[in-house]
Amino acid sequence: MIEEPGLLAAALSDARGLLSEADTELVDRLRAGDADAFAELVEDWSPLMLRLARTHVSTQASAEEIVQETWLAVIRGLDRFEGRSSLRTWVFRILTNQAKTRGVREARIVPWSSVVPEEQGPTVDPDRFRGPDDRWPGGWTVEGRPSAWEASPESSAIAGEIRDRLAVALAELPERQRVVVSLRDVHGLSSDEVCDALGITTANQRVLLHRGRAGLRASLEDYYRDAGAGVMV
Amino acid sequence: MSGTHGDEFDIACRELVEIVTDYLEGALEPAMTAAVERHLVLCPHCEVYIEQMRETISAVGHVPVETLSEQAKADLVDAFRDFHTTDR
Repeated sequence: MIEEPGLLAAALSDARGLLSEADTELVDRLRAGDADAFAELVEDWSPLMLRLARTHVSTQASAEEIVQETWLAVIRGLDRFEGRSSLRTWVFRILTNQAKTRGVREARIVPWSSVVPEEQGPTVDPDRFRGPDDRWPGGWTVEGRPSAWEASPESSAIAGEIRDRLAVALAELPERQRVVVSLRDVHGLSSDEVCDALGITTANQRVLLHRGRAGLRASLEDYYRDAGAGVMV
Repeated sequence: MSGTHGDEFDIACRELVEIVTDYLEGALEPAMTAAVERHLVLCPHCEVYIEQMRETISAVGHVPVETLSEQAKADLVDAFRDFHTTDR
């Protein structure tokens, strides 16, 4: 029997998705009892965890309790973390289990695995495109063309208003779209992390993300039109 | 402005706006990605549309988020300290 434990371990780690250097260092600091590292983590991840917990329960207070319980479980369980997933994925799984343990999973309003009617049909009004008999079928009509936004949504003059407008538009999105857009674009999760956390397929995640983002773009389009800030290309 | 739609496009504007996210996510087949890019070179309107999607994605990252109360966060850090000083 050939024994090359170093190589074998490396091969196994690769197969499992090697823990990043940053994660390894962080885990080491946490295991060593570095309270600053823990405080930083709580600061950075709690908003995201609250958002995630909120998909399982109907009140913000319950979500807060789940997040707190998750952190306590992380404190106690860190020594058992094997590095087979990223630290964040591991923490999310604990959070999901916490939510289930509390028996609140049924509070979910829409099952995540199925497609609902609000996730079908075009995301841009079909009237904005030319008909099948037109010389350029499916092309933008003159009136339907999107007008360029003169000032960037992030330019300082309007950033505050845009933020308010987007916060409202986000709150008004259908729940599943709201959750996926929040996790991806507000909290910065990767597609894989969202699929893992919500138990949905990549394709389903993309559909929800697309519809949600298209809805938010449309609300900004309304804002620019109302503000008269758009210019024709 | 004229001549931006026609035979040179493999996909119509109406179709492009529905695969924008797949395109941005890198989830399209190479041939479809190439078709989108050919379209964008020739169609200023779809270019505006996709740019607005990018701007929207970027701007939504600044929407305020909820977090735990300062007290709750401090309590957790205390619990972390307690665990590492008393339980071992």
